[in-house]
Amino acid sequence: MLESLGFRHGVHPPEHKERTAALPIRRMPFPDEIVLPLRQHAGNPARPVVKVGDHVERGDKVAEADGFVSVPIHASAAGTVADIDWWPHIDGTSAMAVRLTVDPHAIQLPRPRVIPHWEGLTPAQVIQAVQDGGVVGLGGAAFPTHVKLSPPREFAVHTIIINGAECEPYLTSDHRTMAEMPGRVLAGVRIMMHVLGVKRAVVGIERNKPDAIAAMQAACPTDLDITILPLTVKYPQGAEKMLIEAVTGVEVPSGKLPVSVGVVVQNVGSAAAIAEIFETGLPLIERIVTVSGDGVRKPGNLIVPVGTKLIDLLDVCGGLAPDAAEVIIGGPMMGVAQANLDAPVTKGTTGVVVLTTASMRGETVYPCIHCGRCLDACPVFLNPSLLGDLARKQRYDAMAELHLADCMLCGSCSYVCPSNIPLSQQFAFSKAALRKRAGAGAPA
Amino acid sequence: MILQSVLILGGVGFTFAILIALANKKLKVWDDPRIEAVAEMLPQANCGACGLPGCRAFAEAAVAGTVAPAKCNVMNPEGIAAVAAYLGVEAGAIDRKVARLRCAGGTDVAVQQAEYRGLPSCAAAAAVAGGGKGCTWGCLGLADCKVACSFGAISMNAQGLPVVDLATCTACGDCVTACPKDLFVIMSESQHLFVQCRNLIAGDDVLAQCRVACTACGRCVQDAAPGLISVASGVAIIDYDAALLADPRAIARCPTQSIVWLEGVQFAEARPAERSMSA
Repeated sequence: MLESLGFRHGVHPPEHKERTAALPIRRMPFPDEIVLPLRQHAGNPARPVVKVGDHVERGDKVAEADGFVSVPIHASAAGTVADIDWWPHIDGTSAMAVRLTVDPHAIQLPRPRVIPHWEGLTPAQVIQAVQDGGVVGLGGAAFPTHVKLSPPREFAVHTIIINGAECEPYLTSDHRTMAEMPGRVLAGVRIMMHVLGVKRAVVGIERNKPDAIAAMQAACPTDLDITILPLTVKYPQGAEKMLIEAVTGVEVPSGKLPVSVGVVVQNVGSAAAIAEIFETGLPLIERIVTVSGDGVRKPGNLIVPVGTKLIDLLDVCGGLAPDAAEVIIGGPMMGVAQANLDAPVTKGTTGVVVLTTASMRGETVYPCIHCGRCLDACPVFLNPSLLGDLARKQRYDAMAELHLADCMLCGSCSYVCPSNIPLSQQFAFSKAALRKRAGAGAPA
Repeated sequence: MILQSVLILGGVGFTFAILIALANKKLKVWDDPRIEAVAEMLPQANCGACGLPGCRAFAEAAVAGTVAPAKCNVMNPEGIAAVAAYLGVEAGAIDRKVARLRCAGGTDVAVQQAEYRGLPSCAAAAAVAGGGKGCTWGCLGLADCKVACSFGAISMNAQGLPVVDLATCTACGDCVTACPKDLFVIMSESQHLFVQCRNLIAGDDVLAQCRVACTACGRCVQDAAPGLISVASGVAIIDYDAALLADPRAIARCPTQSIVWLEGVQFAEARPAERSMSA
């Protein structure tokens, strides 16, 4: 019997999952307008293939992949292309986006299509179908899934780990996915095992989701070596490298990819999205989003068409409470505060958390007292206190030498800091400054 | 006994003294004394704005004749003349370069969409939802450039825009690196025509974000000499290679005053009353 080995360091923030953990997934009505940014995934932005005035059906391709590390984008509702122009993006910049006016009378059924049968396809054909389906990592980073399914030849992959940790507070979308559609998630796992030629898969789920663990165990096929592994509850267990350590006991070396230790990690949502391609033939045009927090009147887990504006999504959830102070995309640990509620939900949006002033911590920043709590919290064994000092002095090169690249901005250091020092924010802009220096340039 | 040691030590010392004297004669590298003199005359700011690694390197290049004294961006004209006179060369055309901000969206004209609370730094704010300004290209006004400027040439005005003091600016480019929105450019002070906007949204929609944004209407393109100004991806672009054709008439019909004719400091005077949009 496999036992969770856990990982070292990390923190235990209040979970706040009780608001939405028991709420069944519901489908939100189609909004009046859909905004599909061409940059929703890691890699090259997609290239639009429609022009203003074109009519598109639900599931039609509106933008094609630009290269291998890129995915196409599909219309999440039937309608007319109103505009292809700059639009506010949830990362705080503006991005080119295809704006659709949704046809209010459309039946919103996709066009008739041929659904491929994956058993009859070669791994390369399945990978192509996954790319054509626009599938990306649904855990937040939005890295194209087909790239992860095509590991370089020199690495022998022996295990697929399915990430059901969902360690971010408030978020319950993966939880509900596993509790309500374990069959689809496991079908996705089966397809991935076929593609990668892997004999062993492990689904890691934190113990605070007993119904999801039970549902997955009940649906687990007996002909394959798939283990449902309950994990102790700790943040940031859902981080790829932490999860690998918790499941296999192996630490991924600094600067190396998980595949270098023979492991590929996929999110449960991505597994379900892969299964959906071969089940209904639909590309990734909608995703499950948790809307939660004190500042939202009717929290829930919703199936949201990709490209729904935040304001429309929040309206469906009863709107904002009068004392709502901050809208965050993602969870409160790693999520990014939003300036513009016209920005749309993208493929990587796991949740929308609305905090009130009462649920936020004081903002007064005190000097570092060198208590060392951030060192005990950092899951990748950096020295956040020292790095923070260097960031304040803009000594980015010294930070790079102290392995800033290993920081995944999990926010554990900021969370434990008794002086309220916004350490992970400092690291975020230091990383941006280093990227700018490296000549990669800021995203347009 | 004492005499013996004095003789030995004295002899050793004398031998080495002769060796050193010979080596000094034989191995001497001749150093142009003018390099030291010119380096003394230079401002010793070591800012690198001339493109050379520091003032000493500039002095070597100036003595070698590969760089004209006027290329030093920090010295005043008298200083340049003094160096030129000392070396007996032409001072070269003085082409002072300064930093200019491609944004005029101060707090009085640009919309702030959300309140930013956090580290008082543009880079930090840009990492959180872009800083909350309506225009995602615009100046955040948190003075990273002022902090970065080692010459104290940048001050923030009442509208939250950095004002570059042209006399102290050395065009070293530190503000260009510091700005997370890439708003600063280094350009010749003699170039007067300038577009104070980077917003790529075309059309009047952009005015909801900022009253002084470039709407890419193209009036300046028509009014300027052919080929001087073009409109590409939502913003007017001036071809500075054709800048001899520049003329203040180009800005006459700009509805938002995003293209300006700069004589001196940017944002020097109070903003004139809003012009009619139907011009």
